[in-house]
Amino acid sequence: MVNYSERLDRTFAALVDPTRRAILARLEREDGASISALAQPFAIKLPAVMKHLDVLDDAGLITRSKAGRTVTVRLRPAPMREAIDWLHRYERFWSESLDRLAAYVENKEAEARKKRR
Amino acid sequence: MTSLTLVRRLNARPSIVFDALITPEGIAHWWGPDDGPVLVAETDPRVGGRFRVRFRMLDGSEHECSGEYLEVVKPERLSMSWRWTGGAEDPGESHLAFTLRAVARGTELTLTHSRLHDAETRRSHEEGWTGAIDKLERHFLAVERSSP
Repeated sequence: MVNYSERLDRTFAALVDPTRRAILARLEREDGASISALAQPFAIKLPAVMKHLDVLDDAGLITRSKAGRTVTVRLRPAPMREAIDWLHRYERFWSESLDRLAAYVENKEAEARKKRR
Repeated sequence: MTSLTLVRRLNARPSIVFDALITPEGIAHWWGPDDGPVLVAETDPRVGGRFRVRFRMLDGSEHECSGEYLEVVKPERLSMSWRWTGGAEDPGESHLAFTLRAVARGTELTLTHSRLHDAETRRSHEEGWTGAIDKLERHFLAVERSSP
């Protein structure tokens, strides 16, 4: 079984490449696209696109299904959601902490002003 | 490289804010993701000194983070390495920095927690990451709203 941290590693590694992000962005807009349609906007050869798709597939970010000669690629959002949730945990952690920090230092500031009077 | 930045304006002077960041008494008042208590706060705020904070969340779970101070410039800048101790959640080391700027009625505090997911991403470029996440997030929010 692949653990949570390894899964995140793969998701993040897949997302750092601009071509792969462009492919994912397109799959967000369109519910499924053929490989040749996906390759079309890029100035790279089909085999290079296939390689990117392999990385996305390994990370579980897309699915490929074959009907006749056409392979249709679709977005599989679960790992991305996991990556976003993970980042949100840190955001919540600090956001909540800073709320309490604000309350605490503002009290201290008020005390310091009172003393000076 | 994944990082998180938050900016807050606080109605308190920088020296008061800085003390709250480095003293155990201060940390005990604010550190943690919910209103659960801080159980341990130890600091040695000088370059090379260490900190350790243990807190309990309202769900009863306990978590501990620790690290080493890398910059201590009172009352302007504080940075440290960060690691979850004993937790399986995020095994790697990340980087935490606070920058304080005096403003008209207090302090503008910038918190940056960076290198959050280092293993695979350090060698690649940072550019675009946040944008990608933002866009994906919008997508998911849209999906959630449209699902029954």
